[in-house]
Amino acid sequence: MKILVPIKRVVDPYTKVRPLPDGSGVDTAGVKFEVNPFDEIAVEEAVRLREKIGDVHITVVSIGKAECEEQLRKALAMGADLAILIESEETFDSLSVAKELAVLAKELQPDLILMGKQATDDDCNQVGQMLAAKLDFPQATFASRIEATESGLKVTRETDDGEEILELPFPCLVTADLRLNEPRYIGLPGIIKARSKPLERRQATASPVLKVRTIHLGSPAPREPGRKVGSVQELVAVLKERGAL
Amino acid sequence: MSRLLLIAFQPTEAALGAGFAAKLGLPFDILSLGGVVAADLGAEKVRYVEPADLPPADGLASAIALYAMGYSHLASVSTMRSKDVLARVAGMMDLAMVTDVIEIDSHTVFKRPIVAGSIIATVEVLSTPVAMTFRPAGFPNSPRSGNSTLEANLIDATSKAKRISASVKGGSRPDLSQAKVVVSGGRPLRDAKTFEEVIGGLADALGGAVGATRAAVDSGIASNELQVGQTGKIVAPDLYIAAGISGSTQHMAGIKDSKIIVAINKDPDAPIFEAADYGLVADLYDAIPELKHLLS
Repeated sequence: MKILVPIKRVVDPYTKVRPLPDGSGVDTAGVKFEVNPFDEIAVEEAVRLREKIGDVHITVVSIGKAECEEQLRKALAMGADLAILIESEETFDSLSVAKELAVLAKELQPDLILMGKQATDDDCNQVGQMLAAKLDFPQATFASRIEATESGLKVTRETDDGEEILELPFPCLVTADLRLNEPRYIGLPGIIKARSKPLERRQATASPVLKVRTIHLGSPAPREPGRKVGSVQELVAVLKERGAL
Repeated sequence: MSRLLLIAFQPTEAALGAGFAAKLGLPFDILSLGGVVAADLGAEKVRYVEPADLPPADGLASAIALYAMGYSHLASVSTMRSKDVLARVAGMMDLAMVTDVIEIDSHTVFKRPIVAGSIIATVEVLSTPVAMTFRPAGFPNSPRSGNSTLEANLIDATSKAKRISASVKGGSRPDLSQAKVVVSGGRPLRDAKTFEEVIGGLADALGGAVGATRAAVDSGIASNELQVGQTGKIVAPDLYIAAGISGSTQHMAGIKDSKIIVAINKDPDAPIFEAADYGLVADLYDAIPELKHLLS
């Protein structure tokens, strides 16, 4: 089985980021970059599928600047077999990412594309579904459990009402939610050991034609500062005064 | 010509969408996938399909795409379902897409939160049609008017994916993302029974919905559809009560549109106190029973 896992380099989700004063971008001074946590879960799941069913080849791919190599190396250290960096200095929107990935998927012919449900930087939650549409693959988004069957996958996915179970034939696309697994820890030594694994650099097949562009980044309106109350009685009294009870 | 198609996966989403449509200022039609909706929401035409099991995303998106021809804007309330399906419609039809719109600047310029709500991005759609999901908190219901043409339709779609089973929304509590009062609990609630007694009990006393943190869901004391935050449900009640919740950025991203936030936590340094309108430093096992008693 061939699995393709697209991953994104994002600002560390556990650091507080701010917009630049002129609103032209995110202030990344001193900020660490990580593999998008949902994509890391997708890499982990691909590795676990191999541990369970054996003959699985895992390719990870990222689109972006040369620095994305760092995140691809981490995915290789987690167990991916091959990394592809589609190097580009240009800005992509979700649709142009999906199109670029679709070109690669048509070449590699994966049985399964596994990726995060959303990136924690732009919080779009679009690329997986768009890519599945471009390839006419069935999809299961928000996956919390994946089991391989003879001809496809049985996927438990989180829904607004709880969960549902879908059966997908190969080839298909699954996006990972938080509870799919807990990725293994990979320290620096692990990443260094994986340096001998292949990393292939390519150019994007086309310049992205943007349909959406960001024109300004700002800070959200701050909430009015609150105050402490001394007792439950006082809390009930203020809430009644505000008409909230 | 600019025209909006509002796609309602649940009948209640139609009224929420009418507020969004009014703010956008475009003539609009409704496609309701969960049965007939009111004819006085301001839509010219309401197409509806009787409530039934809708096909999985691949089939449903193909069916929606047929109805979406000729519209400049497609929009749905932000839910896991709409994100699953609309982004696929956008992929099929090669459309621009904007997720989680909170403000409309023009027919092509929108504001949306990114990086767990720590930044508000203004985005411009460079070519329509555009598909959008929006958070209803920013778009109050508009006054009822008009008389839509109602038209019954069928969804006829085949999916490669096959649904084996699905949970249905149970219980009598209001829908979390639309509730006026939400009571949420975190990991200190120990186990599922305690969580339901303490958090569920207070929610019932207030006629509200129950929410939970990721930690509470991960440890199995609350079910996943109750998770509130960046990757869970976004809530915007008049009153949000957070009990035993420290207040991670990811959790706060889901609650900051609440009118009043109350935090009950025994740790005086919990970050949630910085965002709460009213903070009570107390053990929730003392405070919540007392609160329930004072309300009865």
